[in-house]
Amino acid sequence: MIAQIKDQIINALGEGAVIRTDEQPLQPILVVHAGYLLEIALFLRDTEGLYFDFLSNISVVDYFPEGRFDVVYHLASIPYQTQLTLKVELPNDRSLEHLPEIPSVSSVWRTADWHEREAFDLMGVYFVGHPDLRRILLPDDWQGHPLRKDYEDPETYHGIAIK
Amino acid sequence: MTRYTEGLENYKKKIAAISSQEMVINMGPQHPSTHGVLRLELITDGEIVKEIIPHLGYLHRCFDKHAESMNYGKTIPFTDRLDYLASMNNSHAFVMGVERMLGIDKALPKRIEYIRVLVCELNRIASHLIAIGTYGIDIGAFTPFMWCFRDREHIMNMLEWASGSRMLYNYIWIGGLFYDLPVGFEERCQDFVSYFKPKLIELDNLLSTNQIFISRTANIGALPADVAIQYGCSGPMLRASGIKWDLRRVDGYSVYPELEFDIPVGKGEMGKLGDCWDRYKVRVDEVRESIRIIEQCLERLKGDFKRTPDFDPRAMVPRKVNLKPQEYYIRAENPKGELGFHFVTQEKTDIPRRVKARGPSFNNLSVLPELGKGQLIADLIAILGSIDIVLGEVDR
Repeated sequence: MIAQIKDQIINALGEGAVIRTDEQPLQPILVVHAGYLLEIALFLRDTEGLYFDFLSNISVVDYFPEGRFDVVYHLASIPYQTQLTLKVELPNDRSLEHLPEIPSVSSVWRTADWHEREAFDLMGVYFVGHPDLRRILLPDDWQGHPLRKDYEDPETYHGIAIK
Repeated sequence: MTRYTEGLENYKKKIAAISSQEMVINMGPQHPSTHGVLRLELITDGEIVKEIIPHLGYLHRCFDKHAESMNYGKTIPFTDRLDYLASMNNSHAFVMGVERMLGIDKALPKRIEYIRVLVCELNRIASHLIAIGTYGIDIGAFTPFMWCFRDREHIMNMLEWASGSRMLYNYIWIGGLFYDLPVGFEERCQDFVSYFKPKLIELDNLLSTNQIFISRTANIGALPADVAIQYGCSGPMLRASGIKWDLRRVDGYSVYPELEFDIPVGKGEMGKLGDCWDRYKVRVDEVRESIRIIEQCLERLKGDFKRTPDFDPRAMVPRKVNLKPQEYYIRAENPKGELGFHFVTQEKTDIPRRVKARGPSFNNLSVLPELGKGQLIADLIAILGSIDIVLGEVDR
């Protein structure tokens, strides 16, 4: 099924949209180009025969020594009862001044709104075009992104020792 | 101000710029009607809510970080604490994901699967009873709360008997169970079912057609199906909007394909489709379906898959979970909706690189700013109660 979807996307949006399919033992993954993400998202949601209208989950994976962040989108189609996993790979130098950037899909699926805020909060991925990108789980004045593998706990928070 | 703090600055500006006619009201975090430590910042104009800004994170316990610092088996007690009202269902989903990655899910003895489904459905009833009872109390009905807690206590006692703990069980293990069911559990469970069936009818009669209850819930907070899907709502939230979407049927995991049950959906009986009353009613109907599942499980646990002296529920529990590097997203139907775990494994270690929990309440709650806009503050309580959130899962 995933090869078919890949061909459909390439036919509609051009050769550069899909990078490869990643054959996992249980769930194959479609690795796509960050620049085409928004078009691909709209295409997957609105094309007859696909209708991936339900975004289950967005999760970001930190590949620490390699300096790469993977943003993984888990989609489901309610009319056809199918599932699809999209992935975007973002190389990054891990500095807090240059967060990895990716277009926000919150205009396509509103679920993405809070999931992207969580990813920004905990992993430090900047979603371009997000309507309200603030921290969601941590306090607004928290420094750093704790789910990164190289995160070090601060000694104090507002003068309270937390170690 | 950098680009990264732009969202925060905009939010502060918005709060600072409200007109003198409007007022900012904080609902929660220490208020029982928010069902935990949820803080809602309401911008109100008189009694009308103009905007809702939810603030989460008061119960954030770093589930993801914990899970990636220890091996898979040790994470199961943490999964119990996600949705602490339905611990069995959480660990069931997590364990299923690991088992599928190990490739042992098909080889599990049927007795283990039936016991799992049995305790999960008992826990689903307990969770829905809390939802119904506290919903009653939210809008001023005290009796259903007492009745629900009285009946839930029987389930708690039974599950305590099986696992040794009242709420956080750690009963379902990777590749098996902590223990077999105690001797006599099936009979006691059967007694509970025959006790509970008339009680459920009583509860249904007390609340569902109560005129005050209907006035407070019907036509309030109607959620159209397309909005529900857009916001990723699942479980009773989505079904109340008329969509027959139950992962127990869609994915057909565990032994659910062998069991007979219906999927209740909202019909808009008392008002608009997908209103608070529909969401409440779907939960009541689901309790009834869960009882049907429990009866079938008991029948099979006493018949085809009955207790044998040489049955060892830990026989297939792996010493060490050795997984090839891979990714997997498992989803399962929790009482609140779709609970998902995204696993990313690492080579040569039994510690995962990443475990992300997708809590159903987190997504169900995200629709609240849309649902509550333009409603009265009193109706907002009714809407929030009908979403049935558990903050342990929203904040993780």
